Amino acid sequence: MKYETQKSLLFSKESQLNTNKGEVFYKNLYRHCEDRLIKLRKKVSFSDEDVTTVLAEEGYERRDFMKWVSATTAALMLPAFFEPLVAQTIEVLNRVPVIWVNLQDCAGNSEALLRADGPTVDELILDIISLEFHELLMAPSGEAAEIQLEDAMTTFKGEYLLFVEGSIPTADGGIYGTIGTSGEKYVDHIKRVAVDAAGIVAVGTCATYGGVSAAYPNPTGACGVMDIIKDKPIVNIPACPANPANMLGVILMYAMTGELPELDTLLRPKFAFGTRIHDTCERRVHFDAGEYVEEWGDAAAQAGHCLYKMGCKGPMTFNNCPTVKFNRGESWPVAAGHGCIGCSEPGFFDKFNHFEAPTPYDKTYNPAADLTTITEGVVVLTAFSQFLNKEEYNNGN
Amino acid sequence: MATKHIVIDPITRIEGHMRIEVVVDETTNEVVDAFCSSNMFRGIETILKDRDPRDCGLMAMRICGVCTVTHYQRSIEAVENAFNVQVPKNARLMRNIIQGSLFMHDHLVHYYHLHSLDWVDVLSALEADPADAVVEAQKWADVAGEVPWNNDVATYTDIKDKLTKFVARRRLGIFGNGYWGNRSYKLTPAQNLLAMTHYFQALEIQRDLGQMMAVFGGKDPHPQSFVVGGVTSIVNMKDPAKIELFRTLALRVRQFLKGAYMLDMYMLADAYKDEMLAGVGGGLKSFLVYGGFPLEDVPIESARKLFPGGVVYNGDLNNVIDFDSTLVTEDATHAWYAATTPEHPYEGTTTPEYTDFKLIENGVAYLDTDGKYSWIKSPLYDDKRVEVGPLARMVVGYARGDTLIKQYVDNFLSRANMSLENLYSSTGRTIARAIESELIADVITDWLDELDTNIQGGDTTSWTKFDFANVSANAQGRGLEEAPRGALGHWVKIANGKVLNYQAVVPSTWNAGPRDHLGRLGAYEESIKGLVLSNIDEPLEILRTVHSFDPCIACAVHVINTQGKELSSFKVSATCTA
Repeated sequence: MKYETQKSLLFSKESQLNTNKGEVFYKNLYRHCEDRLIKLRKKVSFSDEDVTTVLAEEGYERRDFMKWVSATTAALMLPAFFEPLVAQTIEVLNRVPVIWVNLQDCAGNSEALLRADGPTVDELILDIISLEFHELLMAPSGEAAEIQLEDAMTTFKGEYLLFVEGSIPTADGGIYGTIGTSGEKYVDHIKRVAVDAAGIVAVGTCATYGGVSAAYPNPTGACGVMDIIKDKPIVNIPACPANPANMLGVILMYAMTGELPELDTLLRPKFAFGTRIHDTCERRVHFDAGEYVEEWGDAAAQAGHCLYKMGCKGPMTFNNCPTVKFNRGESWPVAAGHGCIGCSEPGFFDKFNHFEAPTPYDKTYNPAADLTTITEGVVVLTAFSQFLNKEEYNNGN
Repeated sequence: MATKHIVIDPITRIEGHMRIEVVVDETTNEVVDAFCSSNMFRGIETILKDRDPRDCGLMAMRICGVCTVTHYQRSIEAVENAFNVQVPKNARLMRNIIQGSLFMHDHLVHYYHLHSLDWVDVLSALEADPADAVVEAQKWADVAGEVPWNNDVATYTDIKDKLTKFVARRRLGIFGNGYWGNRSYKLTPAQNLLAMTHYFQALEIQRDLGQMMAVFGGKDPHPQSFVVGGVTSIVNMKDPAKIELFRTLALRVRQFLKGAYMLDMYMLADAYKDEMLAGVGGGLKSFLVYGGFPLEDVPIESARKLFPGGVVYNGDLNNVIDFDSTLVTEDATHAWYAATTPEHPYEGTTTPEYTDFKLIENGVAYLDTDGKYSWIKSPLYDDKRVEVGPLARMVVGYARGDTLIKQYVDNFLSRANMSLENLYSSTGRTIARAIESELIADVITDWLDELDTNIQGGDTTSWTKFDFANVSANAQGRGLEEAPRGALGHWVKIANGKVLNYQAVVPSTWNAGPRDHLGRLGAYEESIKGLVLSNIDEPLEILRTVHSFDPCIACAVHVINTQGKELSSFKVSATCTA
């Protein structure tokens, strides 16, 4: 590829994803969702709460709720005429039972879920989906907790969504993680709980690609859910931790369509992972203008310029952080003056090390790392980064 | 004596994965023996080897998503110590502000969402008259000398109705299969309703705290604004709107801590007074504090701190010993490693020796309690077992005569009509955590003012420059400070710009370690031993005591090398005894 071509790619404003799928597609999808709603309504309700009552109790007005519905519809990349359908779906959302298991994790995704507040009614949604098992939050321990899990698996056989947080250790016969009174190995545990799940949602980079535990030299043979479970629909919501708004989006999509959202080759929902951080970044204008932070705390840093030269991995990372943000939409790492570290990309701890220097393509940390998943855009970008004079901003690397 | 061996796994409402086994006398229901085991391991320290030291913070942070900022900062401080870099005033204040927010967040979520269901009976709350809850809140607010949070009949009625509907459903979700109705729940229906109302309100308040961390940290969990040499969020720090947003949130949090969290503590102190007087769940009564929150712009270990360091043995407040990091050793007699004698962390060998469960009977696996039974080693200080955490910080600070800590602790004790010794108990440990939160809530806005004044006065320095190639050729350093759960140390050795060796000894390792080479119990085990169960089939008292430490087990498991090779030996000369 010629330098000019690379340059034009690098500076293109085009999103990677064509979001408009045409009238026919949406009409069919709408009909499909309507059928699904009718089916859901017929099902035995696990709760007699109806969302309107709950909203009223919480002091929300219907108007607040519809505002939130609009935002959610947009986030799911659906046309506006889906809004009533989204609203109706939320009203029957309590019919989706959720089992959440923690494996080789740090509880960061559970904590993120606690902070969920993109729309304030997230908490409400948590209240009225049927969260059957969640180790961090549930009252009982030991045997009583195990009974709770068995009961949920039996009652909701074939219907529950299984959320998995944390990686699965496979080395040395799986000794690096056991759970329950019987001392069940994680690898056996996940297989057992997955059998009767309708689908699996792997939250966070550990559950998707193995995350920090799987970073070189991966002492425990940690891997993601999709490496263990091969016969179930799986949605990956990587990032460290996963954005709770994206977790909720997947639940909604599942409730609406009975199917998991449209995924890319890494099983990530396109509504969240269809665009590069770089393309929606609030500091993109400074990248285009060639205004870069060259050193922490310099004049450019104080003016909020582009962090590409400080190692920002935004150009090679697919996620919706710049638009969805975190903690009530308060902020995201680039807004706090630090480059993106690419935490939702496979193998990011190895591929993107060192975090404070642009990552050249040939300098991945682990030579054995699987690079097939890297998109062409990254190849282009990292190739381009080698054209830059790295010495001027790279402290001895 | 007829005994029953009970296995509790998983221990829920903790960070990480833990198994506890107890032996209970079937006649008296007394726990005569206790064993604590961690059954999950990741090996993050191994993974840190050979990496760029400036990346360590971002990786070490992933040790834990609950005390997320703590490992991040400690790791960066260890590298700064190795490089001999002193961060600018703005960076010190910003880190204290974010870390302070984390302490409050961690403590609040711990008490309400991970611990309160050990004290609060959800079903009993359904029998309460909401009007009684109003009276109850005012009663404890008067004791505390505070204004009760959102104290009106409508609020309690809403929560009661919500819970009533919830229970009327067939699915209780996270409240399902709890130990409701157990005799050791002592709060009245009105008190339970008040506490459950705070449980739900705290969900909202902890989001305030998450947002406070995000204002200057980018996101939470796992913020991203600290770097070796300083902080990156200078744009946000210079923005008066962000400063005021933080202040607004901090003030709301403070009101909740004083008008709800502290009220619940006075309520617990009253309901569980007998247990506090009897020292139930007291455990070791020996405390270790490294010291935390530097208040001066000098190297951390020599700086004056919000929480002073020191060691107190057997509750003897008249003898505070200065902490000396050379006296820390780790023992692996009962941990899944081969070492046979206690070793200094820097010189430790960590050859794995996994010995599996002793036996499996009727589908239940039992630990080999005579042999090795945990991935956690047993840290020793001067060859003694000690407890770390908020209780240790309050006790050591008190014994040091620290004005601020004494003021807050005495305030509680006098209003609750207790003495300091009564804090050596499960209830007391939980109360100490709340007292600490209240103290931080009061000082955090002072730090914010100090930062704002400094920046408005023209100092916008946020990073200290250093010559990486030069300082990273051959260096070693340590970051020893306080995390929400207690003393936390990261040690790093660097050569040719890469990490040669990395060690973290974390609070829950101190507290959750198994027996040591002399057969002495760790803090959890010691505290559980002697508990009397109301119902032999419900481990409620055990959970109450273990949760009072706020276990963080993902943090606690030690490094191992799975190939069975020894990690290179590791020495840091300790010249400072802060």
